[in-house]
Amino acid sequence: MENRIMLAHGSGGKLSHDLIEKTLLSTLGNPILNKLDDSAVFDLCGRLAFTTDSYTVSPIFFPGGDIGKLAVCGTVNDLAMSGATPLYLSLSFIIEEGFLTRELEKIVASICQTANEANVQIITGDTKVVNKGSADKLFINTSGIGLVPSGIDISGANAQPGDKIILNGKLGEHGIAVLSRREGIELNVPVGSDCAPLNKVVAEMLEISTNIHCLRDPTRGGLATTLNEFAQQSNVGIKIEEDSLPANEAVLAACELLGFDPLHMANEGKLVAIVAPADADKILTKMRQNQYGTEANIIGEVVEEHPGRVVMKTHLGSSRIVDMPVGELLPRIC
Amino acid sequence: MKFINEYCDRELANKLVARIHHQSTKPIKLMEFCGGHTTAIFKYGIRQLLPKTIEMLSGPGCPVCVTANSDLDKAVALAHLPNVIITSFGDMIRVPGSYSSLQLAKAEGDNVRVVYSTQDAIAIARDNPDKSVIFIGIGFETTAPTIAASIQQAEQENINNYYVLSLHKLSPPIMKAILDMGELKLDGIICPGHVSTIIGSYPYQFIPDNYGIASVISGFEPVDILLCVDMLVNQIESGQPRVEIAYRRGVKPEGNQPALEIMDTVFEVCPANWRGIGSVPSSGLRLKQQYQQFDAESNFTIDPEPTQEPQGCICGNVLRGVSRPPECKLFRTACTPEHPVGPCMVSSEGSCATYYHYGVDDGE
Amino acid sequence: MCLAIPAQVKSIDGHQAIVEIGGVTRQASIQLTPEAKVGDYVLLHTGYAINIIDQDEAEETLKLLRELSEIY
Repeated sequence: MENRIMLAHGSGGKLSHDLIEKTLLSTLGNPILNKLDDSAVFDLCGRLAFTTDSYTVSPIFFPGGDIGKLAVCGTVNDLAMSGATPLYLSLSFIIEEGFLTRELEKIVASICQTANEANVQIITGDTKVVNKGSADKLFINTSGIGLVPSGIDISGANAQPGDKIILNGKLGEHGIAVLSRREGIELNVPVGSDCAPLNKVVAEMLEISTNIHCLRDPTRGGLATTLNEFAQQSNVGIKIEEDSLPANEAVLAACELLGFDPLHMANEGKLVAIVAPADADKILTKMRQNQYGTEANIIGEVVEEHPGRVVMKTHLGSSRIVDMPVGELLPRIC
Repeated sequence: MKFINEYCDRELANKLVARIHHQSTKPIKLMEFCGGHTTAIFKYGIRQLLPKTIEMLSGPGCPVCVTANSDLDKAVALAHLPNVIITSFGDMIRVPGSYSSLQLAKAEGDNVRVVYSTQDAIAIARDNPDKSVIFIGIGFETTAPTIAASIQQAEQENINNYYVLSLHKLSPPIMKAILDMGELKLDGIICPGHVSTIIGSYPYQFIPDNYGIASVISGFEPVDILLCVDMLVNQIESGQPRVEIAYRRGVKPEGNQPALEIMDTVFEVCPANWRGIGSVPSSGLRLKQQYQQFDAESNFTIDPEPTQEPQGCICGNVLRGVSRPPECKLFRTACTPEHPVGPCMVSSEGSCATYYHYGVDDGE
Repeated sequence: MCLAIPAQVKSIDGHQAIVEIGGVTRQASIQLTPEAKVGDYVLLHTGYAINIIDQDEAEETLKLLRELSEIY
């Protein structure tokens, strides 16, 4: 009979402490976390970036990652997209009664590995256990704090006509990796999630250029949503070229099968950068030297025409508007 | 991807565009009857490439959009029943009926699941023997054989808790009904692609014979559609309307015989209620008597509230090709994809959603 | 009404086949195309093969298109 997380593990008593010591501290431990005080206390000077996100992905294990890896990458990347150096994360679990202990251990190990790669520390946390049926296996929340170097001003409102748009790699891998494992779809797709911490590649970009105007990671809603957000926030037009978008053939095939647009699929290891045209080539070269940017490409530019709208030149040479997706992506027959 | 990429070739497309421009001398109206064609035409910017002499219209080719409110209300009423699992293609989930949608029903606690295939619905029925699994059967002749096959499979495997709500519709009868209405003077018809894979090309013969209208069956990639338009222009300019197949790799004149036989074994033709058009004789499918055990309407008692049509919505006119979406007062104001009033805005290949997403506001 | 994708039959077991497109594989029923063989390309619609693609016609169409005159 397998060990499972019980309600008692979340109620603050001996079993709770056991869980924290054996499963969490033993893997994630660091001087601040190990104190197990009510708050993590630390010194920090400068301009801070602060973000939070909750992770409810299903299934919790998917090709290329799991909910733990996602919970670290998502929050680290949100900090990085502001130009911040991520430093510390909080980590909260809401666990469904009966969750397998070995699966929790696997997820914690994944969190640890990803945090180490991103060079961040988990310094405070919380664990709750809820009745069976009150949560879908496991939900995680991470909040993150980082330091923004002086002189950095990155915002979705900073795009200017003439700027170039850079994408660091192939679209849609996370979205398809997760969707293909959902009940009722079950496609065998040789694609793993692209889930990855991007703070190092961003740091390298910022070292090379001070003219990075916008940065965002195209997660839910895909590239289409991110570009539309930029166009609206900056009140500019955006033009992209279909032929310059890095593409994964299996992702395209899965999208054809299910009736999805690859521009709407979620990514968890991708960033879109809008940069001054004079610096575009050297930023691109630098990105391509990083493991998370080998397939980076300039995909378009910012224009004065059609402010607030994104237009794509298709492979055929005609143009079409790229709109955000509406609602949940559902496989269709038509 | 084989049999897709070759038909996206820019050079071949450009050649066809040049031919069409060269051949087309007089203003003509072409209508497509297939949601997949509606989407492809916008997605590839086909209308921009064609000469101004050619006007492209969309007909009732989206099976979601043509589903009457009364039928949507039935699906939602079934979802409210105890011990029922509703299974449906994703297309139907957000479509509003008179009062609710399957998505809302799910949020309220009903058991509604999106499936990619009826095979998944059968698996759910197998795994949940104490529940009734009802599949919402929409689609034209492309999909009806797959539902028929699922019913035969359920019969063979003694799965007694699988049911189908048959809302299937047929293409040639609605094409005839639209032509008989006489609201539009069409010169050519882009005939459905995968419907024709099943039914072949013979069922469209009445179009050139009785109405003198050019008819060509089209595939879905840009070269396929341009080839179809090229062939239509050729028929029209030479005054020789007939039925031709541009999508030769996917359609044979006699169609898919095994699929037609399975359809014929399980279904029989009946009148169907089309949104914006009303009842059209012999345009729908219902389960034959010997398959009544799988028929959701016969086996479940539901009493939906009286049907209500959304105020101000002109989906019916849009479906008949008589109005364009931007002519609707609700378009982009009260009716958007986030807050749709009618199905043409909800369905991913409804005309209104397509015009909205591809940013077409004027009579382009 | 229409989302059907060309996929290649990789293996068959009774009425079920494994089909592949662009590296993606899925189970599909060949109840509607009982004559399908391994190596054939079929049109996949909602988990069923609804037709076998006529490869000769495909090639013929492309050949004709390639031969179309460029000059107008």
